Order: sequence, then C-alpha cells, then structure tokens
Amino acid sequence: MKYIDEYRDAEAAKRYSDLIHSITTSPWAIMEVCGGQTHAIVKYGIDELLPKGVTLLHGPGCPVCVTPVELIDKAAEIASRPGVIFCSFGDMLRVPGTKSDLFSVKAKGGDIRIVYSPLDTLKIARENPSKDVVFFAVGFETTAPATAMIVHQASAIDISNFSILVSHVLVPPALEAILSSHNNNVKGFLAAGHVCTIMGYTEYEPIVQKYHVPIVVTGFEPLDILQGIYMCVKQLEEGRAEVENQYTRSVIRVGNQGAQNIIHEVFEIIPRKWRGIGEISASGLGLREEYTSFDAERRFGITEYTCEESSECISGLVLKGVKKPHECEAFGRRCTPEHPLGATMVSSEGACAAYYRYRNISSEK
Amino acid sequence: MRDIKDFNLSCPISIEQYPHILLAHGGGGKLMHSLIDKMFMPSFSNKMLNSQHDGAVIDLGKVKAAFTTDSYVVYPLFFPGGDIGKLAIYGTANDLAMCGARPLYISVGFILEEGFPMETLWRVVKSVQEAAERAKVNIVTGDTKVVDKGKGDGMYINTSGIGIIEHGIEVSPAKVEQGDLVLLSGDIGRHGITIMSAREELALESEIMSDASPLSDLVMELLEQGIEVHCMRDLTRGGLGSALIEIAGTSGTHIHIDENVIPVSREVQATCEILGLDPLYVANEGRFIAFVKPPDAERALKIMRSSNSEASLIGSVEMSPSGVVTMRSTIGTNRVIDMLSGEQLPRIC
Repeated sequence: MKYIDEYRDAEAAKRYSDLIHSITTSPWAIMEVCGGQTHAIVKYGIDELLPKGVTLLHGPGCPVCVTPVELIDKAAEIASRPGVIFCSFGDMLRVPGTKSDLFSVKAKGGDIRIVYSPLDTLKIARENPSKDVVFFAVGFETTAPATAMIVHQASAIDISNFSILVSHVLVPPALEAILSSHNNNVKGFLAAGHVCTIMGYTEYEPIVQKYHVPIVVTGFEPLDILQGIYMCVKQLEEGRAEVENQYTRSVIRVGNQGAQNIIHEVFEIIPRKWRGIGEISASGLGLREEYTSFDAERRFGITEYTCEESSECISGLVLKGVKKPHECEAFGRRCTPEHPLGATMVSSEGACAAYYRYRNISSEK
Repeated sequence: MRDIKDFNLSCPISIEQYPHILLAHGGGGKLMHSLIDKMFMPSFSNKMLNSQHDGAVIDLGKVKAAFTTDSYVVYPLFFPGGDIGKLAIYGTANDLAMCGARPLYISVGFILEEGFPMETLWRVVKSVQEAAERAKVNIVTGDTKVVDKGKGDGMYINTSGIGIIEHGIEVSPAKVEQGDLVLLSGDIGRHGITIMSAREELALESEIMSDASPLSDLVMELLEQGIEVHCMRDLTRGGLGSALIEIAGTSGTHIHIDENVIPVSREVQATCEILGLDPLYVANEGRFIAFVKPPDAERALKIMRSSNSEASLIGSVEMSPSGVVTMRSTIGTNRVIDMLSGEQLPRIC
C-alpha cells in the first residue's frame, strides 16, 4: 500500500541498521517522545536492529499514560451521574483511577460512548438535548485543535448541554522537565511527528541551544524511526545539537497555523499535573475565561478534588526514561494489561503495555 | 465425604478488580479466557469440554458426532455481506466443520425485544432459511422468547448444531505436532472492519463486505481428499492472533508465522491504519486456519485456493517455547504475539 509498504521494507531497514552501526562509536540513550513511536518500535522490534550501545528510552508522549489519576477519577465521577452521556476516545476506558475505570462505570450503567472524532460529541449533544454531554479531552497538541474546534462551534451555535473535561498537555515543557531533572540520561530526542505537524518545530530551537541536545522530528513507520535514530546518532557522534526534520512529508517548520490559531483562541497555557511525573509549569491547556461555561469540572462542581497515585507504580521513572518497564518489581506480576497499576500498562502505546505485549518478558523471568 | 478444604464459595475471579462483567469479558481475549479458565472449566470439567475445541466430539458407539452452540448479539443486525441470521447459521455450522464434522442439524432460538418490527424479523427468518440451504443444514427445532422493551437489543439468536464425523481422523488441538504447517483460508479482518464501518459512530465510507460464509464444503473436500489435517479453527472475534495463541496454548507448541505472507486486503489495511488497529486481532466470519502434515500442505493449499485465491501458507509448528506464538515482521525482526485483554480499542493518535 502506498505510503505504508515502502516504510516497512526489510531491505531498506537493514540498510539503515548498517548505517547506524557504521557511525556509532559511543553509547547513546535516545528518547522517542511519542507513544505511537514506542508502539512501532516494540511492535517491529526496531531495537533489535540497533548497535548494543544505542538505547531507546520511551518518553512521556502517550496521552493515556500521562493523564493524571485525579482526572480519571473525575471522569468516572461525572460519567456515573444520571443524565450524563460521557464521550471518550476508546483507550481511555481501561485506564485505572484510584477506585474505578470507565469500563466499570459503564458496566454499572453509566452512559459512556467511545467516539472516534471529537466532532461526534456535538452531534450527540444536539440529538440528546435533555442530557448533559461531556467529552474527555485528552491528548497533546495533536488532538487539541479538534477539541478547540468543538468548543468554538458549541459556543457559536449556542449548545448549552455540552462541556469538556480538559486534560490537554504540551510536549516542549515535558522535554525541559526531563532535561533539567537530576537523574536525566537522555542524550537526544526523536520528537513526535504528529505534534510537529500541528505546531512545527520552532519551539524546540531554544531547547537544543539551552541543553545542547539534538532533536529530530520523526515519523511513525519503522523506516521513519530508523532514519530518525540515524540522524540523531550522527549529530551526537559529530558533537552537534540541532533541530532536524526527518518527517518532511508531513511537517514544516512553522506547522499548521490554522490549527494553532484555533488552539490559542479557545485555550490558554496553564500548569498541569502529569501522571507519574507531577506538576509541570506551563505544560497544559485550559479553557480561556470566555469559554469556561464549557468546563465540565466547573459545571459538575469537582474542581477541588485531588488524590494520590499507587506508590508501587514506577511509571514516572519509565516516562522520564530512568527505568525500563521490566525493571519494575510489579511488572508482569501484580501489574498486567488486565490489571494495570499505572497507565503506562493500559494504553497500547504505553511503554509497559508495549513491552508486555510484544516481549513477554514476564515469561522469561 | 467431601474434604472441607474443597468447599470454596468465594469467587475465583479476582474481585478487587472487576466485581462486574465488562464488555471485555466477551471480547474473545484474556478477560474472557479468565472466565472460562477460572469459572467454567473447573465447574463443568469433563473430557470433551477439556479438549477446548470449537465443539464437543461425542462418541456414540457406532458413530461419532460433534455438538456445539453459539449466541449472536451483533449490532447492526444487517451489514454489507451478511446479517445476524447468516452469522447464526454459518457460525455454528463452521464450528462443527472445525471438528471435522459434516454439519447436519441446527436449533434456532430467537430472543426478541418487545416492539421489534415484524418485517425485520421476517427478513432475518428468510436469511436464516437461505443460509441453512447454503450450508446444507436443517433447522430441526427452535424456541422463541420475548423480553420487555429495553431489556434486549432488538434481537438475539442462539443456535446449536450437531454434525457427524464420517472419517477416522481426529481433528483437535491435541493433535498439533512439530513440523505441522499452518494454512490460512483467505484474507483476514473483513468482518470486523465491516461491522465497525456499519456502526453509525464511525463515519467511514468503505466498500468492504463481511467474509461471512459457510466453510463446511471446503473442509469436507480437504478431508475427503485424504489431507492429514491435525487441527482446524475458524477465526472469529479475536481474529487470527487469538486463534493461534489458543491453539499454541492448548497443544503446548510454538507457532511461528510470517507477517509478509498474511493476506490483508487494501481496504482492511487502510482502515486499520486509520484507527490504529492490528488486522491480526480483527474479527472474521468465514476464514479458518488448518494445521496439516507437511507432505500434504501443497495439495491442501491448492484445494483451499480453488475456493479463495488468497489462501496462504503462513507458518509452521515447533515444540518450544511451548504455548508461544511468534511472528517475523515485515522489516525482518521477530516478535511475540500476545492475546489482547478484550476487544481492540482505537488509539487516540
């Protein structure tokens, strides 16, 4: 299939693997930022093709994984209420909160619907005027424009039975948080191609200068990732630290300005908690004052709720690249995709679930 | 007297986690298997059930018969390439065929919701009739129940079936052995993608049709031609991946397959790419895998290809590591194929 098969070609993969081997003289730890990249790396066994010294660390770019546990609890709380239709992307339903997950709320009678596009939720709101329709707005800069668009539309056509539970987060502040943490060992990044399709990559230019770390905007197919790794290792070996763009078939430097405009129209930048990492300043999006009537937390009176995470789960260290999933004591034993302790075991993009699914390291222990 | 230690009223499924049934418990993945392994198998245990085949093979003295049952709760009731009535007949007839039996007699139980349109029921009944003729089975007994409005999703159907085993070959997971070759009867994922596209919430336009079809003629042909078939399994809810894992687990073997030769249509692959699904776990209703002795594989493939040109040799069986399925990926690396928890969920981005 066009745009698929040529990026999954075994011979081309071998050529890139050989190239990476030929230029690597030192050990390097490279973090792929996006969960979609983690998924492809583990699914295709890409690290089998790398020199021993080149380690891939799985970054915080899985929206399911970084959504803080208290927002999952808030989602479950809202979804349990009578008269509510709660709309969510599919893979949020299995993420455990402190007491429950959305699948369990659904099993007890909550009206929870999986949507594929945020725009579907407005249709549901129009078709169910007597219900309160809530959309669980999770994701990075990639999904934020679609959320912004529905809020904008709901405001324009005056739909009052609609609100969103916002959990949008931003990539660059998370990279800075990782780079400035005391146990950081990331030497280079593969930035998320989809996020950069929206935002471009000017935001990364100050980061490479400040931390002297190469960042390569990278796609999601096996060959994209291998080429991204090659470009990153080449910079490291040559002592350079620049922003480079591997994913040129989708990303331009300034990004998609229309999408950026709608994000800025509806959202403002606020501090956000990240599951497993903690609060990062200026790392998320919240509704601007003029749109707060669409804020589900205010509408349902749950702004004050806070809670703590499972103490055994090391997803924070996994997300920061300090530990690999199988180095966790609970991995594959007390924590499995059926009974996840933390969100990185839930999403198919989550580093722990990806490891569990494709490596079966638990059976090797 | 029974030892008091065996008397255990506590629920064997971990109640801290899921005290209620979730949709995923019926998804053909790990949660469903945990119900089967922890509740059903230990409670109902007997030799026929324990063989964990698509149906039970019953020795009646002079003849051997296969017996199976299945319930159909598909939504929407009608979709491109089929409907609930066709699924109900083909699904049960195919399970019998997978035991090496010729399907003969089927029972049909309708559970209808109050207010269900008579005309729709008639369409389904005619479809059941047509499917039974095509699958060469007779509907010999039935049942009708009506539930209050709101307590059923329009219509559910349960079918059970009996078939006769007319040959001496034992077809079951226990017969799978080292060196067996794995044949797949056609391209995968059509039914699952058709159903997803037909549901309103997924605004995808596609021309994909369900693969729902009876398999017994092809299976009988393989057996009549003397192919040494060790095991067969039709690919349903959990797709090719789950079927392989089930058989590797039951037979205690290692199955290795090659992603490059698994046929997936362009439309199915494109939809899977958009939704972030793996075709390996997408449902089918007219495909099966057959484990055959190597000398017979070429002949078997030829017979399969006469009914579907996409039929392929996709892998082989080794003894260790036991219970594991591995796959050589398109880029030449190897990975373990794991069973999903429940149904696949579309990914966020």
